[in-house]
Amino acid sequence: MSESKDITWTMPTPSPHAAILGLGTERGKRIVPNSEVIEAIDSSDEWIQQRSGIKERRWVGPGETLESMSLAASEKAIAASGIEAAQIDAVIVATCTHTMQTPALATKLAHLLGTQSPVAFDISAACSGFCHALGLANDMVRAGTARHVLVVGAELLSEMTSRTDRSTAFIFGDGAGAVVVGPSQTPGIGPVVWGSDGEQYDAIRQSVDWRDVLASDVPEMPFIQMDGGTVFRWASFEMAKVAQATLDRTGITVDDLDLFVPHQANMRIIDAMARAMKLPEHVRIARDVAEQGNTSAASVPLALGRMYEEGTARSGDLALLIAFGAGLSYAAQVVRVP
Amino acid sequence: MATTEEIRNELAEIVNEVTGIPAADVQLEKSFTDDLDVDSLSMVEVVVAAEEKFSVRIPDDQVKNLKTVGDAVNYIEKAQAA
Repeated sequence: MSESKDITWTMPTPSPHAAILGLGTERGKRIVPNSEVIEAIDSSDEWIQQRSGIKERRWVGPGETLESMSLAASEKAIAASGIEAAQIDAVIVATCTHTMQTPALATKLAHLLGTQSPVAFDISAACSGFCHALGLANDMVRAGTARHVLVVGAELLSEMTSRTDRSTAFIFGDGAGAVVVGPSQTPGIGPVVWGSDGEQYDAIRQSVDWRDVLASDVPEMPFIQMDGGTVFRWASFEMAKVAQATLDRTGITVDDLDLFVPHQANMRIIDAMARAMKLPEHVRIARDVAEQGNTSAASVPLALGRMYEEGTARSGDLALLIAFGAGLSYAAQVVRVP
Repeated sequence: MATTEEIRNELAEIVNEVTGIPAADVQLEKSFTDDLDVDSLSMVEVVVAAEEKFSVRIPDDQVKNLKTVGDAVNYIEKAQAA
């Protein structure tokens, strides 16, 4: 064994903390009421509202794409954060509906935004993708490997929804949400609590593998399927435990929270989680799903965005974010809203 | 060991908490879906609360077999005895 030389390694300068500096959102422009989706699933407005709390959802309008929604949300987030696009040195996009397997959406988005050679990549963590990406961004800024990270959650799910699948046809929506994460002297993003339960890897899934799509006589776009009861049970009760673990890890209690912003899967899950967590009345709960549908990786920033617009979220509020979905995977953290 | 009536009583309270249905309506012969209008998602909530209350495990694939209140009480009794 050779003797190790005593060398000094130059390491990045860490930041004591990271914080969300700005938020931007973009919703699919087409408003699709329940009346438009009920016939294909032989259902009713009342049935959908009772099962999901969804009154209408947003789907892309003419000319809108995953890229255009991501770009619009990102531009708003950068403007809100008070920095220039050139200062962004990392771009992370969370999505499961980018239909180009390579390259990542993040590199083109970075280019369109006028950034300067940032690290740029997509992550695949389905509905929990945004909170995963936010966890990565927090760690990158704190470690000093990036200074300003653009985190985007974007989905175009209307294209990957079966109009005749009774358990999902009315659920999904289209949109994008973005935040800029930067260095901070005070805590702005708490420790992430994240994990997965691969035993239930097929509880939410793409309906068919692309290879089987190609082999089919009449190729059709795959769609997202799920086992409703299994997912409801896991999301409502196991995720309430993850939410509590996140508060514990951060060193706060439900009484310290101002906002609860869970993944907007279904109003019934949001209500069941809130009950299981025994959230006090002063905690304002995001309920964007009613007008937006479930937008997977985009749902947490979109839900927070609506709370801003409606005045129920204010700068400095302490919010618990939690996202969960296919994998099954989850990620949660407490943040100070910008 | 809890009696059938005690289990029914406590289960009725759970159904009432989850759905608002009066506990007195939750009788053994009643069907959860047809008589009590408990939908599949509420049923999951009832089952999870019952698991905690009675310290039993009711897997997802068993839930669909619990058609009546009596089925559920029966299942809980057997699971407790096991």
